[in-house]
Amino acid sequence: MTSTTTTGAGTAATQGEQRQAGDPIVPRPDIRQAALRSIGKSGRSWWVIVTTLGVIVVAGVVAWIFQLRDGLGAAGYNDRAFWAVYEADLVAFIGVSYGGAVVSAILRLTKASWRAPLTRIAEATALVTLPIGMLFIIPHLGSPEKIWELVWPPYWNLSSPILWDFFAVSTYLLATAVFFYLPLIPDVKVAISGDGVPPACAGLRYRLIRWLYATVGRSWDGTTGQRRILHGALGLVAIMIIPMAVSVHSVLSFAFSSSSRAGYLETILPVYFVIAALYTGVAIVIVAVVAFRRAYRLERWITKRHVVRLGFMMAALGAIYLYLTFTEYLIDGYSGTAGNAAWVHQIVAGRYWIPFWFYFVAAGVVPLLLIAIPRTRNVKGMTVASVLILFAMWVKRLVIVVPAATEPLVRSAITHGGAVSSGVAPASQGSPALGIGGGVAWGTYHFTWIPIAITVAATAAIPLLLMILFKIFPVMSVTELEEVAQLEGLEVDVDGVVRVLSGATSERPRAWRTGSGVPAARSGPPLHGSGSGAGLKRGRSDKQLQPESSRAPAREGAGTLSSPDAGSGAGGTTIGGDGE
Amino acid sequence: MEPTAPEYRSGTSTHSSLSPGAANPSRHPGAPRPHDNGLSRRRFLKRVGAGAAGVSILAAGGADLLPSSASAAPGAGAGSPAKPKASHQWCMVIDLRYCDGCKQCTAACQKAHYLHEDQTWIRVFTMEGESGNTYHMPRPCMMCEDPPCVPVCPVSANFRTDEGLTLVNQQRCIGTRICMNACPYQARYFNWTSPAPAPRQPFAQTPEWPVPQVKGTVGKCVFCAAMLPAGKIPECVAGCPMGVLYLGDLESDVAVNGFGNVIKLSQFLADNDAVKFKEDYGTHPRVWYILGHGQDLGSDSEAS
Repeated sequence: MTSTTTTGAGTAATQGEQRQAGDPIVPRPDIRQAALRSIGKSGRSWWVIVTTLGVIVVAGVVAWIFQLRDGLGAAGYNDRAFWAVYEADLVAFIGVSYGGAVVSAILRLTKASWRAPLTRIAEATALVTLPIGMLFIIPHLGSPEKIWELVWPPYWNLSSPILWDFFAVSTYLLATAVFFYLPLIPDVKVAISGDGVPPACAGLRYRLIRWLYATVGRSWDGTTGQRRILHGALGLVAIMIIPMAVSVHSVLSFAFSSSSRAGYLETILPVYFVIAALYTGVAIVIVAVVAFRRAYRLERWITKRHVVRLGFMMAALGAIYLYLTFTEYLIDGYSGTAGNAAWVHQIVAGRYWIPFWFYFVAAGVVPLLLIAIPRTRNVKGMTVASVLILFAMWVKRLVIVVPAATEPLVRSAITHGGAVSSGVAPASQGSPALGIGGGVAWGTYHFTWIPIAITVAATAAIPLLLMILFKIFPVMSVTELEEVAQLEGLEVDVDGVVRVLSGATSERPRAWRTGSGVPAARSGPPLHGSGSGAGLKRGRSDKQLQPESSRAPAREGAGTLSSPDAGSGAGGTTIGGDGE
Repeated sequence: MEPTAPEYRSGTSTHSSLSPGAANPSRHPGAPRPHDNGLSRRRFLKRVGAGAAGVSILAAGGADLLPSSASAAPGAGAGSPAKPKASHQWCMVIDLRYCDGCKQCTAACQKAHYLHEDQTWIRVFTMEGESGNTYHMPRPCMMCEDPPCVPVCPVSANFRTDEGLTLVNQQRCIGTRICMNACPYQARYFNWTSPAPAPRQPFAQTPEWPVPQVKGTVGKCVFCAAMLPAGKIPECVAGCPMGVLYLGDLESDVAVNGFGNVIKLSQFLADNDAVKFKEDYGTHPRVWYILGHGQDLGSDSEAS
C-alpha cells in the first residue's frame, strides 16, 4: 500500500501533468493513519479529561436549576442591569462559531490549500460552539418554559429583532451542520474501508460507529461524478455560509440597537459584532487546532506555519476591532450628548475602566505584539494570544452589554442607590429588595456564582463535545488532504516525512531567514532524478517540476519547491509555504 | 393552548366616571401627532418589519401567515380608520408645580398591584433644574402612541388597546427583556424573583389587571386599566395628596385628579404650556407635564 501510494504521487509528478480535481484520489496511508488516530479506544487521560469536563457541565446545569427556582434575580440581574452576563455569553459563544466559517469557507473559496489539515477542526468547532451559544437563550429568558412560543407562528412578531435572531441563528446552525457533514461523507467511507476504524475499537462502540458511518456515507462510491457534485455543493455552502454568518451577528446587534440607549443605538454595532465574532472565531480555532495537534500528535500535518498563518488572520481582525472600538468611543465621547458622553466616560475612566483597559491590553495590544515579534511568533505565542483574546473579548462583550444597559435614561439628579449620575459615581447598591445577589458589583450588575458557573460549564462543554466528536469522526479531513496532496504535490520521502505540508516545520527556509531576495536553491539548476517516489509538483505554476532526489535540498526550505518565476517571496506555492 | 393569539381589546365599555362633556373633534395642541409629516423611527421600523414579513411570507408561500402578522403588527388598533373609534383615549396630566415628591402615588400603586418595593411602576424621580434646584417628577408609563416596546417583542406579548393603553400579556411574555431595552422612559420592570404575595383575586390575571405578577415576565404601569371601565380613577391619581396627577380622556377632552377637580383637557394643556417627556424620540407619549419655574424634564430633553 505504501509503495503504491508514493509511486502514484511520484508518477504524477514525473509525468509533468497537472492533476485534475476529477482524477481518482490516490490513497495515502500516512494521512489516513494520522487523521483516524483520534477514533477508537480511549486512553486514560481522555477519560480523565472528559469526566472532569462533564462534572463542570453538570455543575452548570445545577446552577441553572437554582436560577429556575429563585428567578433571574439570583443571577445578579435587576431592573437597570436587565441585560448582563447571559447576553454577553450569547454574543461571545455564537461569535466563536464564526471560526468555522472563516477558516473553512473563506479559505476554501480562496483555494488556499494550506487549510486542508485545519478544516475539520474548524468546522467541528463551529458545529459545537453554535448550539452552546444558542442554548444561552434558555438561562437568558425569564420564562424559559414558554420558549416554544418562538416557534409558534401565530405568536410571531415579525418586526422583532429577537425573532429574526432566532431565524438567523437557526439557519446558520443548519448550514454549519451541512458544512460539517458534506466533507465527512467521503471520509467515513475511508474510515470504514479497512485502514480506517482500528481493530482496537471493538465491541458495541465499533458496531455503532460502523453503523453511523454507513448511514453518513450511504451511496458514496467516490466516483469522479460524485466528487464533482460534492465539490460543487461544498463551494455553494461555503458561499452561502458567509453572508449567513454576517447576518447572524448583525441581527444580534439589532436586538441591542432597537433602543434609545447610548452604546446600543450605534450605527457601528453590526460591523463591530461581526468583526468581534470573526476575531474570536479564529482565536478558538487556533486553540482547538493546537490542542488536538498536541493530543493526537499531528505536528507533522499541522505545522507551526499553519498556526502562525491563523495568527496573522487573527491579528488583522484584532486590529480592525481595535480601530472600531477607538472610532466608537472617540465619536461618542466627542458628541457632547449627555447620555453618550457619560457612557463613554464610565467605560474609559469611570466604574468600568478596569474591564475596558483589560480588554485593551489583553485582546488588543498583547496579541498584536505576540504576533508582531518574531520570537513569540510560534505555536506557543499564538496559543497564549488566542486564550487571552477569548477571555478578554468575553469581558469586552460585558463592557458592551452592561454599561449601556445600566446607564440611566431618565437623567435625574439622584439615581438608583443614591449614586449621582453625572461623572464617576460609586457603584450603586443594586436592588436591595431582592435580598439576594451579593457577589461582585459591576456597576449596577452583581455577579453571583450562578452565571459564572453556567458560563464556565458552557466553556467546558466545547472541549468536551469536540473530544467526543473526534472519537467518532476523523480529526482531519482525509479526502481533502489527499486531494491537496495530489494536486499540490505533497511529497513524501522514504521515511514518510511530508515535506511540503510540513513546509518549514522545524526551521524557516534559510533564504527567508537571511533575508536575501532569492533563495539559494533557486539559482541552482533544477534538481533532477525522481528517486524513490519523492515526486512533487506545484500547484500554481506547473511549467517546471523540480523533483528532488535527496532530503537535504528539500530541507533547505520551501524555496526549493517553489517556482523560479513565482513572485518575490520564497516558497509561495507550497502547501505549508510561507506567507510571511 | 389556543392556536390563535387572543387579542385583548378593552374598547367595549361605554361607561365613564368622567363627565362626557362635548366630544371635541378638533384636537387640542400637542395631542395626537402634531407633526406627523416625517417618517418616524418607529414607523420606519414597522415598515421595514412589514417588508420583511412580506418577503418571508412570499418565501414561505404561505398566506396563512398573513393574519397573524397583521394582528401582530404594532399599533394596528390605533388610528386605523377601519376600526370603530373607541369611546375613550386615556391620557395623564402631571402638574409638577405641586409635586412635593412624597411618593404616595408609588406607594398606592404598589399596594394595589402587590408589587415588590423596587417595582416602581410610577416612579418619582428627583430631577435637577438648570440652576441646581431639585424638583420631583413622577413617571408612569407614558402610554406612547408609537410605543417602542411593542414592535420589538418576539412573541407579541406587548400590545396597544384601541383606548390607547399599552399593556403586557404576562401569560405570553417569555422574558427576553428587549422591551425594557426599547423603552426610553425606564418604565418597565421585571419580576426577577417570585412576585410579592397577593391575596386571591376575584378574577383571573389579565393584562388590564396584572395581579399577581408573574415571575420571569415584564410588568409595567397599566393606568389601572381594569378600573377605568368601572368608573374609577387609577390608584396613583387617587392616592396623590397634592392633586398633581390627572387622568384624562382625549375623546371627551376632560381630566380629573384625586380631589375630583375636573378640567377641560385641551384648555388646561394650552393654558399651562404642557410638554411631553422626550417628545423628540417620536414616541408620542400620552402623558403631559405642566412645568413650574426652573423645571425642564431633565437634561436629555434639552440636549437632544
